[in-house]
Amino acid sequence: MTQSNGKKNINLTLKVWRQVGPNVKGRLETYQANNISTDMSFLEMLDVVNEELIINHRDPIAFDHDCREGICGMCGAVVNGRAHGPEKGTTLCQLHMRHFSDRDTVVIEPWRSRAFKIIKDLVVDRSALDVIIQAGGYISVSAGGTPDANVIPVPQEAAEKAMDAAACIGCGACVAACPNASAMLFVGAKVSHLALLPQGVPEAARRVLKMVQKMDECGFGNCTNETECEAVCPKEISITNIARLNREYIKAGFL
Amino acid sequence: MQLDSKVPGGPLSEKWDKHLFDLKLVNPANKRKFEIIVVGTGLAGGSASATLAELGYNVKTFCIQDSPRRAHSIAAQGGINAAKNYSNDGDSVWRLFYDTVKGGDYRSREANVYRLAQVSNNIIDQCVAQGVPFAREYGGLLANRSFGGAQVSRTFYARGQTGQQLLIGAYSALSRQIAAGKVKMFTRRDMLDLVLVNGKARGIVTRNLVNGNIETHAADAVVLATGGYGNTFYLSTNAMASNVSAAYSAYKKGAFFANPCYTQIHPTCIPVHGTYQSKLTLMSESLRNDGRVWVPKNPGDKRLPSQISESERDYYLENKYPSFGNLVPRDVASRNAKLQCDQGKGVGETGLAVYLDFKDAIQRDGKDVIAKKYGNLFQMYEKITADNPYETPMMIYPAVHYTMGGLWVDYNLMSTIPGLFVLGEANFSDHGANRLGASALMQGLADGYFIIPYTIGGYLAGTKLEKVSTDDAGFKATAEDVEARIKKLLSIGGKRTVDDFHRQLGNIMWEYCGMARSAKGLTKAKDLIAELRAEFWENVLVSGSGNQFNQSLEKAGHVADFIEFGKLMVLDALARKESCGGHFNEDYQTEENEAKRDDESFCHVAAWEYAGDENEPNFQKEALNFENVTLTQRSYK
Ligand SMILES: Cc1cc2nc3c(=O)[nH]c(=O)nc-3n(C[C@H](O)[C@H](O)[C@H](O)COP(=O)(O)OP(=O)(O)OC[C@H]3O[C@@H](n4cnc5c(N)ncnc54)[C@H](O)[C@@H]3O)c2cc1C
Ligand code: FES
Repeated sequence: MTQSNGKKNINLTLKVWRQVGPNVKGRLETYQANNISTDMSFLEMLDVVNEELIINHRDPIAFDHDCREGICGMCGAVVNGRAHGPEKGTTLCQLHMRHFSDRDTVVIEPWRSRAFKIIKDLVVDRSALDVIIQAGGYISVSAGGTPDANVIPVPQEAAEKAMDAAACIGCGACVAACPNASAMLFVGAKVSHLALLPQGVPEAARRVLKMVQKMDECGFGNCTNETECEAVCPKEISITNIARLNREYIKAGFL
Repeated sequence: MQLDSKVPGGPLSEKWDKHLFDLKLVNPANKRKFEIIVVGTGLAGGSASATLAELGYNVKTFCIQDSPRRAHSIAAQGGINAAKNYSNDGDSVWRLFYDTVKGGDYRSREANVYRLAQVSNNIIDQCVAQGVPFAREYGGLLANRSFGGAQVSRTFYARGQTGQQLLIGAYSALSRQIAAGKVKMFTRRDMLDLVLVNGKARGIVTRNLVNGNIETHAADAVVLATGGYGNTFYLSTNAMASNVSAAYSAYKKGAFFANPCYTQIHPTCIPVHGTYQSKLTLMSESLRNDGRVWVPKNPGDKRLPSQISESERDYYLENKYPSFGNLVPRDVASRNAKLQCDQGKGVGETGLAVYLDFKDAIQRDGKDVIAKKYGNLFQMYEKITADNPYETPMMIYPAVHYTMGGLWVDYNLMSTIPGLFVLGEANFSDHGANRLGASALMQGLADGYFIIPYTIGGYLAGTKLEKVSTDDAGFKATAEDVEARIKKLLSIGGKRTVDDFHRQLGNIMWEYCGMARSAKGLTKAKDLIAELRAEFWENVLVSGSGNQFNQSLEKAGHVADFIEFGKLMVLDALARKESCGGHFNEDYQTEENEAKRDDESFCHVAAWEYAGDENEPNFQKEALNFENVTLTQRSYK
């Protein structure tokens, strides 16, 4: 049905990963998503499917989401083989149905990685990313007693680069896309954000060593320069951050 | 119970220092003997958890999301205010205080606001030390920009992601304390009730969202930092998990709820596109610096904007408010958009939108200049709507954005329940009837980094706290209540989904308790909500069971509370027989359709005390005394 303004409704076949719990076998199940407005977001399309499932006394598809504007990092699924779907620099919640065509088949799977256990359907446990930050992804200052904010000038370029790295939303798409399930882009972004700022320098060596060690302990794989992570990152975090991570790591080893 | 704000005596500028000196201290070695529960990891809860742990307290922190880094604060775009006067344009603590009190339409507490302005500068220092990458000038010093409601440039920002960067700062401080073993972090937990022992807040009941377990947690004090209640309206700019349940459960346990009718409606959001829309997206209000707002002069004119000539357009803000034009405050801009649409002049498919047109700005300054200023916003708009704002005017409409009301707290941020403290958007304290841009982030961090760490010490040191354990009868009984309600929700097996009820509630609230209210509409809303509530408990369909990951059940609990809370908002709106800030009551307006305050009768905080499900709540006033500013009527003509 095409409306006067060019917007239309489409019908899709979904193949969705259903898995009741972490230790249960999952499988792809097929659903019809009918009469989907191309103005809907991908998650709104799933809402529609779920409403119908609930009304028919069937279990709705579990998926994580919160802000629905691409900033909280809560949503994410592999859509037709690509983390967060076909649009570059776009989280799943910001992906709109106008990027699909009538009668498309859409395969929807959870992030898969040794370090991310499946909780239910598309929902995975990404707490390993928090554990890496806890290992050292901070500057050790307590509240109070800090100097005036303008005491330490930060060159604009350094601040901008730090901001580029700090834009990471911690969604885990980089890990899901990597053939080795490596978290190097995630760790590289945090190490870069803090190492690029003068405030982060005193702890730089300690930070990078501890974070990398924790990353290995958590079961993330090695980086073999596949660059899949950069390709799917919804915030387009550059792999130069991995190079910086490696440099920081080597530098720290020599201290 | 008589409300006591506990505002210290003495001159305004000395109150906080004096109070800090008067507060009892917990000796450093004793701090580790106290347990504190913090619910929420947004700017308020994240900063509070980290700071309390740094001081030596044992902290247990809870959040709904899978990580504390994902709290709704992450979505804030524009910036955070502080009275640094780095721009040398005459800013000061006093000016920030004054702007905030005036912006709040003289319905906030002077002493709290002054303290907020005082600690604002410490926040920026703190965040920079943590590594928050604020925007900088070429010389390496911090950059500022201006924001609505102020004539000075005092807003610090990190591109369009200020909330994200500040939250990552608080989250990193929190992570450091988790690693140190001082904070025990509980993610994917939904707080469903508060536990009182001998009248004091001593714990909470949560549902583990992964396995459905009902868990009880005990502590010496409980801090709620669970955010605002904008999602009562179903559609808002709030994150999907934002809810009122934690605060509402505290209200039902005796914490007074203050000014629930004060909600902020932001004028520049992307309009609703269909019934299945799940949330609304904010477009920064900075767009109104260059965009011109208009509608067709003729109602029902459905031609494309390019086909409507200049003489057939009504630039209604410029015409009605010649001196402020498109830059009138948020509430005025929102209300006028509604007025136009009510007259049938709304545009777009639904007729619930107005144009925000950049054609003249592009002609004047060139596309490059406009792209530099708003490029990322234009891109975001295009991503969502598939329209290109360089070529065709944006369509915008107001949306619920922030809630000024919240649990009543005294100067120590303690609610009417001893030992229950409330921070951030969840309390009512600093923004009066209207919040200025870039002030919510400031308040959340002020509460968490610089106020609660001291005031909670005063409580703990000065209160006799009996030993409690989760095995006590009070905990067991509360957990049983929670379980009974879950069972009830699951057993109804009706015909309508939770979202369906939520959507209907949202329509009622938006229609009758939204941008323009009236005694007639509110009275109608009261009945409609009562009907909805009755139907919900007979006809809701919640899928699955209680002992599993079950998003339908999680939502059902929140919506059940939103429905009851909606009634409280309506009652408060009915009782406030004036217009002020975010509360515009059509029955009280000037001849020029502007909000008409009644300082004689309504210069007070309205606080509501729960009196049972079937009874109307009790009403109490906290009078507001303005000793340092003079109350004026706003005019933007
Ligand atoms: C789109 C948008 C843009 C904004 N931009 C700005 C801006 O530029 N400047 C500004 O100053 N303000 C802005 N605001 C307002 C500001 O972001 C919020 O008011 C502020 O961040 C609220 O912080 P908080 O810590 O009080 O609560 P939140 O950040 O909402 O955090 C609430 C926390 O409580 C937890 N929680 C809630 N309920 C429960 C429960 N039942 N059980 C367990 N945990 C629970 C959540 O998990 C979360 O961790 C904006 C708001 C929006 C919506
Ligand atoms: S839901 Fe927040 S990034 Fe998608």
